Amino acid sequence: MALSATPAPGTSSPPPAADGTRRRRRAPRPHGTRSRAPRQRAWLGALPLLAFAGVCFGLPVAAVVYGAFTTKDPVTGATSATGANVSTSLQGPYLTSLTGSVELSALTALIGTVLGMLIAQAVVTSRRRALRESVLTASGVLANFGGVPLAFAFVATLGISGVVTELAHLDAAGWNLYSFTGLTVIYLYFLVPLMVLVSVPALDGLRPQWREAAQNAGATDAQFWRHVGLPVLLPTLLGGFVLLFGSAFAAYATAAALVGGSVPLVTLKIAAALSGNVQVGQENVALALSLDMIVIAGAVMAVYLPLQRRSTRWLH
Amino acid sequence: MAALTPTASATSPAAPPPKEATPAASSVRRRSRPRVWRGAVLVLAGIYFVVPLLASFVFTVHTPGQGVSFEAYTGILSADGFADSLLLSLGLAACTIALSLLLAVPALVAVRLGAPRLGPVVEIVCMLPLVVPPIALVSGITTVLGWGPEYLSTTPLYQTFIVVQNESFPLVLVIAYTVLALPFVYRSLDAGLRAVDIPTLVEAARNCGASMPYVILRVVLPNLRSSLAGASFLTLALVLGEYTIAALLGYQPFAVWIVTISGSQAQTSVAVSLLSLLIAWALLMVLSRAGARAAAGATNPAPGAPTSLSGKE
Repeated sequence: MALSATPAPGTSSPPPAADGTRRRRRAPRPHGTRSRAPRQRAWLGALPLLAFAGVCFGLPVAAVVYGAFTTKDPVTGATSATGANVSTSLQGPYLTSLTGSVELSALTALIGTVLGMLIAQAVVTSRRRALRESVLTASGVLANFGGVPLAFAFVATLGISGVVTELAHLDAAGWNLYSFTGLTVIYLYFLVPLMVLVSVPALDGLRPQWREAAQNAGATDAQFWRHVGLPVLLPTLLGGFVLLFGSAFAAYATAAALVGGSVPLVTLKIAAALSGNVQVGQENVALALSLDMIVIAGAVMAVYLPLQRRSTRWLH
Repeated sequence: MAALTPTASATSPAAPPPKEATPAASSVRRRSRPRVWRGAVLVLAGIYFVVPLLASFVFTVHTPGQGVSFEAYTGILSADGFADSLLLSLGLAACTIALSLLLAVPALVAVRLGAPRLGPVVEIVCMLPLVVPPIALVSGITTVLGWGPEYLSTTPLYQTFIVVQNESFPLVLVIAYTVLALPFVYRSLDAGLRAVDIPTLVEAARNCGASMPYVILRVVLPNLRSSLAGASFLTLALVLGEYTIAALLGYQPFAVWIVTISGSQAQTSVAVSLLSLLIAWALLMVLSRAGARAAAGATNPAPGAPTSLSGKE
């Protein structure tokens, strides 16, 4: 029975609410005109937002795209179309930085998704309300504890003269915070709490009735997870992975405050290029790299959205 | 529709259903095993998350060979540029919160009330900034700002460019931060609006003769209190911690200041980092308490919004 409501909105949830409204509205109104007037003007409410986004978001993005495909002659000042920026951004050190960023983001997102889900499951199955509350609050804070402060906290902990480094003599064991591994450890510090925040509501949505139904039908725990739990949680897992990937991919402040340029990351390369640290004639390579980033982030989103849309219906 | 109500109400109070389910003998057997891995997971996670904080604190108060001193903390207030950068960040945060809510609330309410076909458009527009990393956005902004002196220096629009980049209060940062905050504000408000039947509430108020502005201010907004608070907190945290855009545009709000002093005063920079975490923690506690009070005060069961924030997305 509960399913009967879902087939109609193949898209998402707004339609049913809207349909219901319209039907309810039309019936008992004596003054039909009075109710219709605000509805016709309602789109005006969305106008400032759309206009703002068009100018303040659309314009910079358009500038990136335009700049990525044009170059300016340093002598004449004339602008001409070219594919050189983009092809330069996909070669040599720039390509290394792009793959470095993608590798780091994919690795941290994968580890973060798994660990975050485990912690969330531990919290959800626990019956201690205080534990749940405090983990959720801590996650809310730590998920936002990215950037500069996080970098410095880790420098103080695991840096060259960090407290834990000296206590455990990690430097003798070859530990180096200013490396790919070091960045992975740091990124997980805000990615795991983010995943906890994302997955707790989804795990709450796993109804106990489903588990009971599976048990009554003779299913083992493994079978329950294989055929019910994981399929239902799949969109959350994928969505969380994408969210984590995006956060790690876009992160700049932590890496900038920490490693300078010793780990090749695309964000560091863009920043260096923006500050004029490029060869003559390659000024627009920063824009081309930005475009590469947007394309990668966009592609990840494009993979995720249809998947998420197809299966969110279970968690309503 | 009737079948939907019992299931929906069964999920909203989160805790009770498992308790009712426990008497079954099988569930007792099931519960003993998870306890072991649950404990292990939580302890390991606890170590990973607590050690850096403790170590940072030790780092700020203990200098090898010199013993313990709290100078790193007492010196913060008098540190060069601390007050200026913090005030700038707080001002930027206030403006960003105001602007993003002023843009997003009318749009989302309008979509619910009378323009459902705009819904997907508004959602896509609000979510698109997620696809554009801050560093890509700032490279675009630098380019656009560069057009000012290049092409527009003879037009009145040029004045706008100068005002926007005012050194003492850079509006360009407010604009950029609002763009970055839109996805979070949208999600928070959307979750809040889903939990409340806005059309029915509005219709009821309108039938009682309330004017539309009155309905928005006294009926719709109070019902969204917790999601407004959530959106504001996320925006505040975002602005206070934002480094990329401000640093590359050459301004010096809080996060940039921390990096600036880290070279000469390493202990102070770590102390400030820790303090900013504590402040964020305190703010979140205040907000969640306010949200809980709002939920307790309301008669309808709806405002469970804060926890269900991202679950439906």
